[in-house]
Amino acid sequence: MEGFDNFWAVYSNLVLSIGINALLAISIWFTLSCGLLAMANAAFMGIGAYTAALLTMKAGASFTVALLGGIGAPLAVALIIGMPTLRLSGVYLAMATLGFGEVVRILILNAERWTGGALGLNGIPQLTQWWHVLASLVAVLLVLWRLRRSRVGRAFEAIKEDDVAAALMGIGVMSHKLLAFALGAGIAGLAGALNAHLTFFIGPAEYGFERGIDILTMAVLGGTGGLAGPVVGALVITLLPEFLRSFRNYRLMINGVILVLIVLFLPKGIWDPSRVRQWLKRSRRGMPDNTAGVR
Amino acid sequence: MLEQQLINALSLGSVYALFALGFTLVFGVLGVINLSHGTVFMLGAYAALQAVTRLNLPLSAALLVAFVFSGALGLAIDVLVLRPLRQRQAPHLIPMIATIGIAIFFNSATQGLFGAENLRFPSGLVPDQQLIWGDIQISVLEAGIVIFSFSLMAAMLMVMKKTQLGRALRAIAESPKAAALLGINVEGLFMLTSFIAAALGGIGGVLIALYSNAVFPLMGQPMLHKGIAVIILGGMGDIRGALVGGLFLGFAEVLAVAYIGSTMRDAIAFGLLFVVLLLRPQGLFGKVLERKA
Repeated sequence: MEGFDNFWAVYSNLVLSIGINALLAISIWFTLSCGLLAMANAAFMGIGAYTAALLTMKAGASFTVALLGGIGAPLAVALIIGMPTLRLSGVYLAMATLGFGEVVRILILNAERWTGGALGLNGIPQLTQWWHVLASLVAVLLVLWRLRRSRVGRAFEAIKEDDVAAALMGIGVMSHKLLAFALGAGIAGLAGALNAHLTFFIGPAEYGFERGIDILTMAVLGGTGGLAGPVVGALVITLLPEFLRSFRNYRLMINGVILVLIVLFLPKGIWDPSRVRQWLKRSRRGMPDNTAGVR
Repeated sequence: MLEQQLINALSLGSVYALFALGFTLVFGVLGVINLSHGTVFMLGAYAALQAVTRLNLPLSAALLVAFVFSGALGLAIDVLVLRPLRQRQAPHLIPMIATIGIAIFFNSATQGLFGAENLRFPSGLVPDQQLIWGDIQISVLEAGIVIFSFSLMAAMLMVMKKTQLGRALRAIAESPKAAALLGINVEGLFMLTSFIAAALGGIGGVLIALYSNAVFPLMGQPMLHKGIAVIILGGMGDIRGALVGGLFLGFAEVLAVAYIGSTMRDAIAFGLLFVVLLLRPQGLFGKVLERKA
């Protein structure tokens, strides 16, 4: 048990940030599963983080209330900006949401009275326990897993494949898109609220463009086929720099190479159920089969 | 002082346009959002800096070094990374993420080799006199950037509109498959586009390093963010759009600093982008991509 205590003392922050990153990756995966490439998740995370931190620090609210606020605020914002922006599609939606994200970051930067400006908020009470993160992750996974198998989940799938055809089948495309966007924002906000009460400090720079790209990378690298993908992606992206620590200054360099290699050689992301199935089949037969193109 | 502000805006806008040109070219022809363009831009500045400080070359030769070096790099990225993805017909997000990996690689390699600190071109490389015209003054460098950007843009437009090469590129932008069926060497033109776009990015890097008097490993990142805003404003893949979007952003920023305050400067680019997209989703120049069921 002592060995575990030592491990936990050193690595608890790392383990918890895997969980939080997994939530973030899931948040963007969810909007992707409805065919929306929305890149405002870093901003929603920031809105959640600041709302929750301000609730506990300035309003003296309990952690539960802070978490609910951290989910509710970005969700509400997403509903408001979703109405006009979700009319856009593809890259244009990505860019509009990215633009929205930058505006949020700069507003946080300039609202010094509330947010501390560039200096950020310091001394946030460390209320996040390991089981908060675990419970949030499990709850989100369960809800989304259930949702995927429901009428709503099938509607998302239909919209992702072809939103014109989905509309013709009588699916309310706009309302489903809005639902996916707002729920994704809520999950990102939850991750932000948990993270703020873990790291003691938050600043506007954490919620900028780079973070948005990071979140997307985790989701796409992990694989967008199923719910396990974003979790695996978060695991790999969070752990990779740690394993490369011995390379010192060149660690990020190797990180970049690995990213490119994964993209080149694992087309559907790291977690790809069809490939795993194929591997199993192949090993059962004991010889490589002839489906080179499928991969 | 409005005239002076307009001159400042013109040079800032030209800088943005210069960056956005290569960026939009790659998007238009290859259909890839190349997030390593900021890195290629930065490496161009470093290549020129090395040429000037180590080899004692004059500025014109250093610009040539930056052109060739960045171009070769862009070509290598295309052949080694983008082409395999193209052949596999990977969805368009995938090449974008690959270019993120490339950017991380080169940014940290540069940081490892040259350090994170600000390097400068030796003073006196560009004549630092001012051209004065009534109340207005403009430095030789700024005038050079404006003229260079505009003439480059004009040359590109001419090539695209009037030559066989331009027709071939426009055909590819429409549909690579149809272009190949018509006997266009699609792969060759992809490589040429990658080379030219990256080489122009490298030149832009040198000019901006001179303009802001700073060379550092992450100098491409803020440019990249602005570049994204510019090509969206102008319409993705549109050369005129890169110029107009760049100038538009330059004017908006300078006027915002002058009349609203400097704190909101960076919010302008993206706030504007947000509004333009809502009112005109295809950008100022973009074509309407409407699909009928």
